Amino acid sequence: MEKILEVKDLHVTFTTYGGTVQAVRGVDFHLNKGETLAIVGESGCGKSVSSNAIMRLIPSPPGKISKGNILFKGHDLTKLSEKRMRSIRGVDISMIFQDPMTALNPTLTIGTQLKEGLKQHRSVTDQEATRRALEMMELVGIPNPEERMKQYPHQFSGGMRQRIVIAIALICEPELLIADEPTTALDVTIQAQILELFGKIQEVTGVSIILITHDLGVVAKIADRIAVMYAGKIIETGTKREIFYDPQHPYTKGLLNSVPRLDVKEKLKPIEGTPPDLFSPPEGCPFTPRCPFAMEVCNKVYPDSSILSDSHSVNCWLQDDRAKQLLTTMVTN
Amino acid sequence: MLKYIVKKLFIMVITLWIIITLTFVLMVSVPGSPFNSETNSNEIVQENLEKHYNLDKPYHIQYLLYLKSIITLDFGPSIKQPNQTVNDLLGRGFPISFELGIVTIIVAVISGIILGILAALRHNGIIDYLAMGIAVLGISIPNFILATLLIQKLAVDWEIFPVATWSSPLHMVLPVLALATGPMAIIARLTRSTMLEVLTQDYIKMARAKGLTPWKIIVKHALRNALMPVITIMGTLLAGILTGSFVIEQIFAIPGMGKYFVESINHRDYPVIMGTTVFYSAFLIIMLFLVDIAYGLLDPRMKVNKKEGE
Amino acid sequence: MKSNQNPQQLQNKVPDEWFTWRGKNRHEQELVSRPSLSYWKDAWRRLRKNFLAMSGLIFLILLVLMAIFGPIFSPYDVNTTDYPNQYQPPSSEHWFGTDSHGRDVFTRTWYGARISLFVGFMAALIDVTIGIIWGGFSGYKGGRTDNIMMRIIEILYGLPYLLVVILLLVVLGPSLSTIIIALTVTGWVGMARIVRGQVMQIKNYEYVLASKSFGTKTPRIIRRNLLPNTMGPIIVQMTLTVPSAIFAEAFLSFIGLGIQAPYASWGVMANDSLGAILSGNWWTLFFPAFFISFTMFAFNVLGDGLQDALDPKLRK
Repeated sequence: MEKILEVKDLHVTFTTYGGTVQAVRGVDFHLNKGETLAIVGESGCGKSVSSNAIMRLIPSPPGKISKGNILFKGHDLTKLSEKRMRSIRGVDISMIFQDPMTALNPTLTIGTQLKEGLKQHRSVTDQEATRRALEMMELVGIPNPEERMKQYPHQFSGGMRQRIVIAIALICEPELLIADEPTTALDVTIQAQILELFGKIQEVTGVSIILITHDLGVVAKIADRIAVMYAGKIIETGTKREIFYDPQHPYTKGLLNSVPRLDVKEKLKPIEGTPPDLFSPPEGCPFTPRCPFAMEVCNKVYPDSSILSDSHSVNCWLQDDRAKQLLTTMVTN
Repeated sequence: MLKYIVKKLFIMVITLWIIITLTFVLMVSVPGSPFNSETNSNEIVQENLEKHYNLDKPYHIQYLLYLKSIITLDFGPSIKQPNQTVNDLLGRGFPISFELGIVTIIVAVISGIILGILAALRHNGIIDYLAMGIAVLGISIPNFILATLLIQKLAVDWEIFPVATWSSPLHMVLPVLALATGPMAIIARLTRSTMLEVLTQDYIKMARAKGLTPWKIIVKHALRNALMPVITIMGTLLAGILTGSFVIEQIFAIPGMGKYFVESINHRDYPVIMGTTVFYSAFLIIMLFLVDIAYGLLDPRMKVNKKEGE
Repeated sequence: MKSNQNPQQLQNKVPDEWFTWRGKNRHEQELVSRPSLSYWKDAWRRLRKNFLAMSGLIFLILLVLMAIFGPIFSPYDVNTTDYPNQYQPPSSEHWFGTDSHGRDVFTRTWYGARISLFVGFMAALIDVTIGIIWGGFSGYKGGRTDNIMMRIIEILYGLPYLLVVILLLVVLGPSLSTIIIALTVTGWVGMARIVRGQVMQIKNYEYVLASKSFGTKTPRIIRRNLLPNTMGPIIVQMTLTVPSAIFAEAFLSFIGLGIQAPYASWGVMANDSLGAILSGNWWTLFFPAFFISFTMFAFNVLGDGLQDALDPKLRK
């Protein structure tokens, strides 16, 4: 399959008064054409920072891509000039933000905000832009688009605004769409509608999607593959099936156990504790203090990834034979 | 929007009424009569005054007649200058003061906004510190001290600009500079802080994600939102410039309304004090009303939302 | 993927004996997190790092000390005239020189500081008192009461501040007390607005609702929950009120409505010496002007610093 995006050893740091925060600490993942990759993790784990890094939208200063490559269709985005990058934003790669209530400019009409991306990148007349904007509004399911175009954001509900945001993101027919918690700020019923919309637009446009979320319910619905992030690192990645039915990392298991399910009568098991401070990230596995299977080694050395299948890999010392031995002795005792 | 305008109009009328009533009450309560102190010996003046203010009638009639004269824009005679009415003084002084005020506000707004934007865009950079340094100094140095410094240095020591009177554009430079620095500093600080806040908004990030050029992002998305608060303080700034002009006109010997006003205060020329206060208050209150309306027109949320943002 | 090693045994160099259970070590995580500071301590920590704001604070403290003790260092009386010695430039005898009446400018500057600071602080104090009561009540009660109280504020806000002050002083006659009264008659409105806004915002927070549901009495809720949370903006507003009152007093001196003799505020001193500067006696204007400007500057930078330091959004 053709890889549309490949992120290699990405490091992002933020310099603050309190010290340097290592928000992303060596992230590797790739995205195939036409698929949906979900990046899952608790808030503050670096998933949003990673996606902003792909768009090169990290505020600098204080933020900086300190190491690594982002290959988009073979071109390294980290090496492009700001001007070149602008011609990629909104055209080849688009982004959807978490809160549709703040993502639209309150003083400009919906039509203006829809059309301006198109006008920036393509030499189109206003009529052509309007026609295209109407098309997009229809695609994302806005009734009376002609009338709605003249209105302002405050005249739209949250769900409708998010549809507009999606329409804005898609208007230049990007190949990659990054959706940063696109449903978090919405009501549950609206969430389902928006998720369905994602499925629909992928079908119509064939766009590849990176979905940033902490909500495994959202993931179950639309993701093809999942990358689980913790404290600035991807600790496990695999297809949806592999992650949901054969999770290997104790953190992934914990995440799955903390989601309420109708078909299992077990009690919910929250993961105790909080993620580490990224001012001074631990040398070993960052999950060690919260991990029920923590060993001495976990605190000292970060494990390399073990490849379990073509698509499934995990970074955990439990994959080591010596740990497996330890596990068997524990069970027999 | 109509409801909003009507509401603001109502408040404006009440405020005007309060200031008119206040002048009346205060004048009536001045110990003795403000009009027959030893300062005015001229009998014709005395007669004129009694006629205009109906001093022989009871208070409530006086009050009603006073209201009527104000509404018909007749502010009565002056005590100190027997053959002058307050209207004569206003007619002579106000155009000059108005000119000074307009030039000042234009200079203050343009330079303040530019300074604020530059500071915000170079946040924590040298330009930011420089602009905010200028702004803090501008706020800290009272305009009369600045005026004196300007006269001493630029007019007396270096003889670059002429001072006193109001006869050529060159004469305007120093008074405008002295008067505009404070408001400019306030606008610069406000523009900077709102601009900084706006720049962190999601819709700015969204505009960047669309691949818009920085210029477009600033002008189309950031500036408009950042300038809304600047509009809201325009009323206050106007009031500041107006009262500032009292002092500046005095120092630069500009024959504007402010100069007459200060003279009338020093001479306790009550009709002029009253008339000018009412006139200036009305002017400011109407300006405040217009600013409110302008704000309503510029903010699309106001057009539909009938509820007050308060 | 990065690793090409034998997946069965990751990183051979890791010694076998590290493969033992760690047991429950969760407490160590708690040790990592920074010590939690109280709101005020945290604000003070951030303010201390702000060089400009601290300079302003130190200047103001020194100024207050000098206003109290400054005249002790001077052998001269504030108001005793000494015409043979008029317009003496600064010297070891007269540190700040003498004015047109031969009075010692150094002595007069500190007396002026007393008057100017007194006017500023009193005006701020009265503004705060009325503002907290009005704004707190209005915001807390809400509904019709709030509506009426806010309309009154809106109308008062529309009155041109300095014009009202001038009008009052023309009638009342300028003196220390009437100036303070005139400055506060409509001056408290801004403070009331701020307090009300804060109260409106905070009263709907869960912890206030919770204490309300326990049946806590209104005054106690205001005292325990609302006031501590509104203190930040109030303090910031005060740092703006004091200099604006000092400025207003100086302005009034200029139009002939300032503090009358025998008192002399900075504004009066500056006004008296406007003519003198043109004849070269710069020091008579310089010292009062310098102190007015620098006091305003100090309050402004301190206010800015406090605003940053007290803003809970900037914590961490």
